[in-house]
Amino acid sequence: MTDQERAALTDRARRIRGHIIKMLAAAGSGHPGGSLSAVEILTFLYFRRMRYDPKNPQWPDRDRFVLSKGHAAPVLYATLAEAGFFPVETLTTLRRFGSILQGHPDMKKTPGVEMSTGSLGQGLSAANGMALAGKLDKKDYRVYVLLGDGEIEEGQIWEAAMTAVHYKLDNLTAFLDYNHLQIDGRIEEVKSNTDPVGRFRSFGWHVLEVDGHDFAALERAVDEAQATKGKPTMIVAHTVKGKGVSFMENQVGWHGTAPKPEEAQKALAELGLA
Amino acid sequence: MIQKIATRDAYGQALVKLGRENPNVVVLDADLSKSTKTAGFAKEFPERFFQMGIAEADMTSTAAGLATCGKIPFISTFACFATGRNFDQLRVSIAYPHLNVKIAATHAGITVGEDGASHQSIEDVALMRVIPGMIVLSPADAADAEAAVFAAAAVEGPVYLRFGREPMPVIFPPERKLIIGKADRLKEGTEATIAATGVMTAVALEAAEILASRGRMVRVLNFSTIKPIDGEAIVAAARETGAIVTAEEHSIIGGLGSAVAEVVVKHYPVPMEFVGVQDRFGQSGKPAELMKEYGLTAEDIVAAVERAIARKR
Repeated sequence: MTDQERAALTDRARRIRGHIIKMLAAAGSGHPGGSLSAVEILTFLYFRRMRYDPKNPQWPDRDRFVLSKGHAAPVLYATLAEAGFFPVETLTTLRRFGSILQGHPDMKKTPGVEMSTGSLGQGLSAANGMALAGKLDKKDYRVYVLLGDGEIEEGQIWEAAMTAVHYKLDNLTAFLDYNHLQIDGRIEEVKSNTDPVGRFRSFGWHVLEVDGHDFAALERAVDEAQATKGKPTMIVAHTVKGKGVSFMENQVGWHGTAPKPEEAQKALAELGLA
Repeated sequence: MIQKIATRDAYGQALVKLGRENPNVVVLDADLSKSTKTAGFAKEFPERFFQMGIAEADMTSTAAGLATCGKIPFISTFACFATGRNFDQLRVSIAYPHLNVKIAATHAGITVGEDGASHQSIEDVALMRVIPGMIVLSPADAADAEAAVFAAAAVEGPVYLRFGREPMPVIFPPERKLIIGKADRLKEGTEATIAATGVMTAVALEAAEILASRGRMVRVLNFSTIKPIDGEAIVAAARETGAIVTAEEHSIIGGLGSAVAEVVVKHYPVPMEFVGVQDRFGQSGKPAELMKEYGLTAEDIVAAVERAIARKR
């Protein structure tokens, strides 16, 4: 990755953060913290790695991305708009009556959304299903899925973790948005939710740890995932909840609270977008 | 004596036939393939069969992912697990996006027998009926079960199929075609109508014979489709016979009885009686013992018909 390429991705991520702030402020509700923590992961996937055609969202050979932590819908919508699946102007209709942008992802309403999510714990299984279909059809598309660190408290995640290993889903790469916060507090305090690296490794996954805000590190990890055969890869991405907006960073209160207009202005000014 | 076949056996055989016709059909099972009879498909199409282990929630959402790629997944386990362990996955992963997944549940109702209440699903129809867009099929015999499998595969979107463990009397000819949303008029009569589904259709026919021997002619309707319910057949039955008794191997809350009552109350109110499990859990026992204990015999239907007729004005 050249400096120029990294700079382009960084600028894209900044714009996506701006969209997230604006759309949440317009909606008056939603989830900024876990959207902002995942910006680099989605930016990397959609603008550096994934194969897709925004004019033909159902192209059978496309790579797939499943947002298992569906409440981070704003980062997915902002990324899809930047990628050309629908106009950027649509973003401020988030959560409004009649909008294609539902509070949580709806694959039937939003072009580019691969799976309806929102009830936590289901996206990894669905991604497994897409990966199984790819193997069955001998297609070379890859499947990516983003899990929340609080989300892995759901038992279904561990059922799915076994499935991905059992069926040797090396065409599947999962990311864990490891920002350490969930609604009721730090994840370790809420449910002794510790050592995801060791846990996924013990289930038989190839596990990598990266700085989830470092494009070069993400690229190295995804390259390694793609080169790893016979097992799925989990990329545990160390992230900061609310990343990029100083007063939101590492604040549990910004999990599910939209910025007020003056807070949005402050955030956009920090991002150089005011 | 005509050979009795369980609908789960017919399901397993139909799956293999369907698999030969349609390469997009895939089957997922949660460690019960010998009991649900998906093992036949697994043997013939090992690459299209996915053993998911004892993980119903995962099986359900995995099927959703497969469906987004053009596959037609049939997921199978016992009815209590196929609708209870994974209700949220059925709701959000499958039904909300209206994905083309068929939930083929076996061992429905109390005729599961000795396994007892934990394994006796008397709530599954209610749970599936309430999910928007879910079609609910409840075949009455082996030919009906096979027809249900093909009808489910021919329609785009989620379908729940309810199969039983016990061998059932033959009702339909082998060439049976199931039209989703259409009830079958199996017996003509004017004094009352018995609306039955699944195991209870054969019992309803038996009840009608008893009633006929006493000079009472009743109509028997079979509902292989519980949702969408055949409103026309119900309104006609209400208008032409003046009383309706529903019969199902399920709780009287939320199943066929409720579906019929919703139509009757709105369009043509007549006296109704409900034969089914009366808000109780099941228990261990032989199927025949349980049918008696829970009020699901031909005599119970006869008594309900007499009560309904007595309430006619």
